[in-house]
Amino acid sequence: MSLRTALFIGIIVLTGQGGDIALSVAMKQTGEVKSFTPRNLARTIGRSFQIGWMWLGIGLMAVAFFSLLALLSWANVSLVVPATASSYIVGTMGAQFLLGEHVDKTRWIGVLIVCIGVAILCAA
Amino acid sequence: MTERKTLRTKTYVLLALMVIFGSSGDVLLSRGMKKLGGLDAWSFHGVLHFFINAFTNGSVWLGIAMLLLFFISYLLVLSWADFSYVSPASAVGYVLVAVMGYFFLGEYVPPVRWLGVALICVGVFLVGGTHPNTRQSG
Repeated sequence: MSLRTALFIGIIVLTGQGGDIALSVAMKQTGEVKSFTPRNLARTIGRSFQIGWMWLGIGLMAVAFFSLLALLSWANVSLVVPATASSYIVGTMGAQFLLGEHVDKTRWIGVLIVCIGVAILCAA
Repeated sequence: MTERKTLRTKTYVLLALMVIFGSSGDVLLSRGMKKLGGLDAWSFHGVLHFFINAFTNGSVWLGIAMLLLFFISYLLVLSWADFSYVSPASAVGYVLVAVMGYFFLGEYVPPVRWLGVALICVGVFLVGGTHPNTRQSG
């Protein structure tokens, strides 16, 4: 794997997971959805788009998406997609240390197994 | 106790919707884009023609609508559930695509892929057994 490919995989994983974490912050600030009427759902989504974290999340996800497109222009998809399975580990670390979620041993083992499973499935 | 059960139920329902909308959106977009064929020329007119064709294709629009519903479901579930719960649990979408490909499209799924499917199922089962909102449960 070339240095450029490794760098882009790193950018995709970090910006992709950073984007998801920012969306999570935005939705926690919006508040738990308790009523599922169309009116309330529309109001909740509308409110979430007034939070800066939402736009940061979308921006980071756009960076991840365009970096993936760029990477796929020279690297094989059979390398890129399994490598980005490491996102599950990076995302869980972000959730634990940045969002303060309590990730117990069972959840960590589950995350690691999912990560290996996705890597195998995509590489096969 | 009832509140805990309600939280779990609504998390499972939203995760199921995410997986269904996400997987069908990907399949529809893929089908729509394959019908269009490749981009022949990277000229302005070539690219414009390609996008006009893409956005007049029913499968592409349906795919975009499904992915939009996926995104809304994702945002809603994140309003209460942990990101470290939602993200790995949604990997069950990979399983759904592999199983749908095998049963409905008659695709060959090699044994190594089934191993990946089995591992994802075990991982999702473990994550699914934890509480969806650890900040609320303490």
